[in-house]
Amino acid sequence: MTESAVTTLPAARPSFWRDPAKRALVWQALVVLVLAAFVWMVVKNTATNMEQRGLASGFGFLETSAGFGIITTPFIDYAETSNYFQVFLVGLVNTIIVAVVGCVLALALGFVIGIARLSRNWLIQKIATFYIELFRNVPLLLQILFWYGAVLKPLPGPRSLHEAGDSVFFSVNNRGVIFAEPITQPGFNLVWYALLAAVILIFVLRAWARARQVRTGLQFPVFWTGLGLLIGLPLIAFFATGMPLEFKPAEMSRFALRGGVTIIPEFVALLFALVIYTAAFIAEIVRAGIQAVSHGQTEAASALGIKPNHRMRLVIVPQAMRVIVPPLTSQFLNLTKNSSLATAIAYPDLFAVFAGTTLNQTGQAVEIMAMTLAVYLTLSLLTSGFMNWYNSRIKLVER
Amino acid sequence: MNTFSTGSIVNAGDLPDKPAPIRTDGPIAWLRDNLFSSRTNTILTLVALAIVLYAVPPALNWLVVKANWSGGAEACRANPGAACWPFITARWEQFLYGFYPQAERWRVNIVLYVLLGGIFLLAFEKMPLRKWVGLLMLIPFPIVSYFMLYGGVFGLPVVETSRWGGFMLTLVIALSGIVASLPLGIVLALGRRSTMPIMRLVCTLFIEFWRGIPLVAVLFMASVMFPLFLPPDVTFDQLLRAVIGVALFASAYMAEVVRGGLQAIPKGQYEGAMALGLPYWKMMRLIVLPQALKIVIPGIVNTFIGLFKDTTLVLIIGLLDLLGIVQSSINDPNWSIQSVPYTGYVFVALVFWVCCYAMALYSRHIEEKLHTGHKR
Repeated sequence: MTESAVTTLPAARPSFWRDPAKRALVWQALVVLVLAAFVWMVVKNTATNMEQRGLASGFGFLETSAGFGIITTPFIDYAETSNYFQVFLVGLVNTIIVAVVGCVLALALGFVIGIARLSRNWLIQKIATFYIELFRNVPLLLQILFWYGAVLKPLPGPRSLHEAGDSVFFSVNNRGVIFAEPITQPGFNLVWYALLAAVILIFVLRAWARARQVRTGLQFPVFWTGLGLLIGLPLIAFFATGMPLEFKPAEMSRFALRGGVTIIPEFVALLFALVIYTAAFIAEIVRAGIQAVSHGQTEAASALGIKPNHRMRLVIVPQAMRVIVPPLTSQFLNLTKNSSLATAIAYPDLFAVFAGTTLNQTGQAVEIMAMTLAVYLTLSLLTSGFMNWYNSRIKLVER
Repeated sequence: MNTFSTGSIVNAGDLPDKPAPIRTDGPIAWLRDNLFSSRTNTILTLVALAIVLYAVPPALNWLVVKANWSGGAEACRANPGAACWPFITARWEQFLYGFYPQAERWRVNIVLYVLLGGIFLLAFEKMPLRKWVGLLMLIPFPIVSYFMLYGGVFGLPVVETSRWGGFMLTLVIALSGIVASLPLGIVLALGRRSTMPIMRLVCTLFIEFWRGIPLVAVLFMASVMFPLFLPPDVTFDQLLRAVIGVALFASAYMAEVVRGGLQAIPKGQYEGAMALGLPYWKMMRLIVLPQALKIVIPGIVNTFIGLFKDTTLVLIIGLLDLLGIVQSSINDPNWSIQSVPYTGYVFVALVFWVCCYAMALYSRHIEEKLHTGHKR
């Protein structure tokens, strides 16, 4: 390049195609156009196809009576005469139950296994590794089918376990887990109040213990006292009111057990498989999180004279949580989404009863799938919203 | 001390020998350090030992020692308390090929051998021409395989996809899913990090939508809704619809993995490329993606492991993959023996476990190779 060329550079004014800003505009307009054309085509095709097949549209079907029974309908009054919207609600409740219980249990089991994986005890560590490698690498659907088809279904039936006319307080058979139904008598409300009081007391206690620790440096065993309060207070109220709780056992009729509380085998199989499978992943996340905390932190904690179990709880785990929480969130989301595999063993979750049975009966695929997907997307958003809130609470505060 | 107090500073005799220090090597020391270092540890060890002794011998007995290795259904019926391997040997061709016609199975075999050969060659990093082998496996191989399996060219008779099944179908779905989802995922990841707002919005919505819904729903949509979206005279093969669903689903996860890699590349690399005057696609192709993809290989392999396990879900829409075909064989009345369902499930679990664990080991190997930081 010569001297003159440098000094006489023209003002930077690229041609239309060379200007990144304009090019970006063109590209984006193109994307919008293509998408619009695609959506328009899909909508048009769907409309024609539905007309051709004589499919109804709109959400009017939700008020039609469903006409089929559902094996378990917790919290919701459901009968065969109920409408499709109630089917939707039953499915939603069943999905949420299995997802919430599954997340809590998987977290607990995963934490234990993850810490066991790092144990200095050789045998414990090997067992944890075996567990993780075994369950992580076998498809979840297979595990669900295994628990359902190979473990729970072959259990003996109630007829071979109980005589007709028996009162049964607890039974595990191929109809599920059945136990006596607790029936509260008048006065039991006091136990609930005691529980509430215990919870409030624990919060007060925690605040007091923290203030005292800041003031004097003395620690107070909040966890054990809290646990004692949580169990003790309701127990005292329970005995003080003269044990106002009765257990009404299930009665064995000629063919089946009547009454009692039943946890159906489909639920048990789904829950077992989801928890065991997800816990293996959570264990790896926990292990990775704990190992991500620099070894210097452990050494510094030891140098300060913090006892080994306190070292884990007060120094390592709080820092590890920052690494653990984001992938943990996606495991919770996975568990929620995977609960839709219930449809393979006919546990009446949202997918099985709504996107399955209801869709087959009404044929309104578009509306039903839209509602189902909206539920899963909302659940995903809620879960990640909650976990993001928790994550921002525990994240590193930099000054 | 005693001698000192009597006035003398010299010991009168030998002091008693000190006990030997505790051994710090050898099996006893190892046991003490690793299993019995404290009271809690000892209790844990004993409990764990009890669990192992309770679980392992019966499992081994069931699987190997007392299992039925030969004979037919009669042998299993006579000994229903242990695994029934003849069930697998009698059916294994079906488990591998599904209902693919007997006379045409050599086609599947050829594709399978080429696939295995390709994977074998790619597994060694020092292999000459490795890049070309990879490229061959990624683009021409799937196309040729499709024509090999489906037929209709070079005088090969057509084999409808409804006759495909078993492990072969599992591989077809998983591999076409991965081959399609990798480029799509890269494009989506680039779109999500683009400076163009509409591009970013579209890609983000696409990714979050597919990540927010279960795969069962995707497959269900592929089988129920997809025909509604198409013009009335166009029909799609059920398998193809499932593969499209799986590929779109996997591409969203792949996009997030790739995005992680893109974010890990220092800004200086982008700026350096721009300073060299490279346009966007050249910058990505020559500078950013080679570095980004390399560090996310473990993530890509993990996504693939997930995809591979998830192919079992196609049984819900009625395709008979390995799990589907075993599941339906279990119900065969000729084999209605107590041990057959367990044997079938254990077999499928074993196949998936071996495949997934091998991939996981490979991913871990890459991870260790890339991990150049300090190790504890």
